[in-house]
Amino acid sequence: MNNNKEVLLKLRGLKTYFPIKKGVFKKTIGYIKAVDGIDIDIYKGEIIAVVGESGCGKTTLGLSILQLVEGAKTEGEIIYNFDGIEKDLRKLSNKEMMNARKKLQIIFQNPYSTLNPIITIFGSFQDPLKKIGVKLKEERRKKIGELLEAVNLRREYMNKYPNEFSGGERQRIGIARALSVEPELIICDEPVSSLDVSIQAQVLKLLKELKEKRNLTYVFITHDLSVVEYISDRIVVMYLGKIVELTDAEELYAETLHPYTKALLSAIPVTDLDNKLKRIVLKGDVPSPINPPSGCPFHPRCKECKDICKKEVPKLKKYMVNRKEHFVACHLVEDKY
Amino acid sequence: MNNIIITIDNLKVYFYTNQRCNKAVNGVSFKIKKGRTLCLVGESGCGKSTIALSIMRLLPELSRIEEGKIIYHSDEGDIRIDQLKKNGKKMRSIRGSNIAMIFQDPMIALNPVYTIGFQIIENIRYHTNMTKKEAKQKATELLKDMEIPLPEQRINEYPHQYSGGMRQRAMIAMAMSCNPKVLIADEPTTALDVTVQAQIFELMKKLKEERETSIILITHDMGVVAELADDVIVMYMGNIVESGTLEEIFKSPAHPYTKALLKSIPVLGRGKNQKIEPIRGRTPDPFKRPKGCQFNPRCDYCTDKCFKMPDDFEITDTHSVRCWHYKKVLENE
Amino acid sequence: MENLKKTKLDKKMDIIKKKEEAGLLVNKSQNRALRRFLNNRLAVIGLIIFTIILLATIFAPIICKYSPQRIDMLNRLLPPSSEHIFGTDKIGRDVFARILYGGRVSIFVGVGSALGAAIIGVLIGSYAGYKGGLIDKIFMRISEIMMSFPQIVLVLLIVSIVGQSLWNLIVIFILTGWGSIYRMTRAKILSIREEEYVLALKAFGLNDIIICYKHMLPNALGPVLINITLSTAMFILQEAALSFLGLGVPLNISTWGNILNVAQDISVLRENWWIWLPTGSVISIFVLSVNFIGDGLRDSLDPTQQG
Repeated sequence: MNNNKEVLLKLRGLKTYFPIKKGVFKKTIGYIKAVDGIDIDIYKGEIIAVVGESGCGKTTLGLSILQLVEGAKTEGEIIYNFDGIEKDLRKLSNKEMMNARKKLQIIFQNPYSTLNPIITIFGSFQDPLKKIGVKLKEERRKKIGELLEAVNLRREYMNKYPNEFSGGERQRIGIARALSVEPELIICDEPVSSLDVSIQAQVLKLLKELKEKRNLTYVFITHDLSVVEYISDRIVVMYLGKIVELTDAEELYAETLHPYTKALLSAIPVTDLDNKLKRIVLKGDVPSPINPPSGCPFHPRCKECKDICKKEVPKLKKYMVNRKEHFVACHLVEDKY
Repeated sequence: MNNIIITIDNLKVYFYTNQRCNKAVNGVSFKIKKGRTLCLVGESGCGKSTIALSIMRLLPELSRIEEGKIIYHSDEGDIRIDQLKKNGKKMRSIRGSNIAMIFQDPMIALNPVYTIGFQIIENIRYHTNMTKKEAKQKATELLKDMEIPLPEQRINEYPHQYSGGMRQRAMIAMAMSCNPKVLIADEPTTALDVTVQAQIFELMKKLKEERETSIILITHDMGVVAELADDVIVMYMGNIVESGTLEEIFKSPAHPYTKALLKSIPVLGRGKNQKIEPIRGRTPDPFKRPKGCQFNPRCDYCTDKCFKMPDDFEITDTHSVRCWHYKKVLENE
Repeated sequence: MENLKKTKLDKKMDIIKKKEEAGLLVNKSQNRALRRFLNNRLAVIGLIIFTIILLATIFAPIICKYSPQRIDMLNRLLPPSSEHIFGTDKIGRDVFARILYGGRVSIFVGVGSALGAAIIGVLIGSYAGYKGGLIDKIFMRISEIMMSFPQIVLVLLIVSIVGQSLWNLIVIFILTGWGSIYRMTRAKILSIREEEYVLALKAFGLNDIIICYKHMLPNALGPVLINITLSTAMFILQEAALSFLGLGVPLNISTWGNILNVAQDISVLRENWWIWLPTGSVISIFVLSVNFIGDGLRDSLDPTQQG
């Protein structure tokens, strides 16, 4: 199923480490391994969800792809397909990167800080539009009007200030802003988590429609697994900076392989009173990336932990399950398949 | 009447910030039963947190209880909480020992400069006559009960040394230290990770069973309601629109808002092609409210009658709804 | 048990409730900060007094017929009379005229230095705070050095090298004063830097200067505005102190401080109160009113305060 799709973005061995500095001379004594070796191919036109709990590195992953992380040591390759020509974003010059940014955009979690509070909506859109070469003010006005209508808001809203809008509306303005430079890939960093439940539905539907109309690709970062099932094609589960499982969305729910994913899915409170999964309650808390456990990062909380799990870090391997590609990083799965 | 612990009767709470009058809670009546979990569900601005703060008499300065009664049916008789002095002796003795509250973000609810043990012991000693030693013993037992590992060591640690889930459990421990009859939990798991949330759910269920505590759980997450609630109250813009048992609300919602809310949430297990339908429009500006039923601009069943606030109709003796057209809503299953 | 007496707050709330129910408040979208400021009695009094004094100095020629330079040795040291409202000084100059015209210079020094320090502090603070790293560290150290320099020593130093002048004094004030505004702006920029709209701007590939000065700086100006008013007051006092010592503005230009210079002489202090007392009072009242305005601004711009 995935073979006839074009690859838009390839990540190879992507690592983002934050140095821990101590002492008067700020010596680096260790690293927070926020993103610890990510290999992934993202196909054009898909919605790939990245899920995990706090500390798993999903937000840092999104920001790393866009090269918006400051003060970190990065390694690996971020290879983007520019209309057929592949380039490593990390190797681009500053000028080339600034240009490339048109293709990759981001939508943030908090609708209340995503817009500059002291300028009108029109003002917030000006600079990005100028950047892509919309020279005349009138042209910009027209374009902004179109963008607002595309997110189901009225054109006249461009003259208002952010504080005149509700959370859901601000989020839609943020989406319109991201669309203004005509991107191909959008990183959606928890775009509906801060919104009221009934508004989440509005924004999710909108995102789905926009993707179809404009042929977009989404990397959808979230911790809410019910939302993910509705919106995504494939799902990546992250734990402490590493990928533990990656497969088609429906496959993940039908045939869950990694113990962490199993626990995660069973932990979600479900509103369907008749269909409750048996709950697997994990012991302990989500670990901190400063001091990750040895071997498999999940082993201290895993009910099926074996000796090898404590010693060796399991590699992400590809399996064919139900004739679909299914990547898992688990020693137990290795034995089974 | 014996199994009711708190009665709320026509409660109205208004806010007076920015020289405006915001009728945040506008005539709310319900009863809290002993040993059961009541969920107050609604979106932002519906007034659910305000009700909780009113019961605890912790409302901010520029607000007040306009009308109505909050009656606490204690062992010594009925106490009108709304009439007590906000920071008087009687209210302070009730707060923390008979009725306790836990908040959404444990990091800001716990004092960072005192150890967890100190804070729990302080609460115990304020409300009981225990000595320091006895209180410390009790606190350690509590932490153990809340499944915090190594409680003898943890009791001397500071909040920042605890993880998010543990802090929330420490806060529950503090709230439960005087064995309150009622525990009010304001969005207790919203700030926690999913797997940690699951742990807190198990804990709260255990508390209810072992200690017969009534829990008032405030949340906007229908999933949490499905997990923990026995009874549910759905609120919208300061009014109760529907109330009933968990089964009644989820299986046969009678109010258009409840129905629309349930339809707008993606449900795990229903797959990619499930139909989710957003509720059209937005929640009204509290200062530019619609006339009559607050939901009418967004309601598919709205008629002219809806410009008058609907009465409360009883469908069964546990299920009531505030809508003229509830019969139609129930039919359109 | 019930406290039946309605408190003052209760009565206020009742009034608001009635107005709201009558629909009177629906169109009130007045600027919240402005309303809060105008509600602050001290701030409004401060504003009125400030305006009166300012206007008086501007319209000095209309108010007072005497020139402040006019020397009249025949009429020296006259106590207040209908001719000379505040009497005359040691060389017969009308004191009232000197206060009015002197006010122009003092206020100019105060406001000018405050603005100058603010402009430098804000420009550097924004960029240093935004970029961080080495630039930030360098400017921090420079500002610390300049702030810790005792002003009087600096004044003496520069006066002995370049001579005394009005502009030299303003330059010195700016040099010793930009540090605090720099720190304040930097702190605010640091907190804004983590806001998502800044990250969004970076995601568009906009260059740093535009992000920093066009988008972030306007959000950081709130505390700066307050600081400018309070600095004005501070600089006026400093000018008065230095001129009193004879180190400030040259004595031939009248400023409030210069008028006080004569009070160094004990006999003047004791017998010719009209020379120093009105001047001192005007300085105090003016500085106090500027402080009230500054406090009022701070309270009304504070988003955490209710009401």
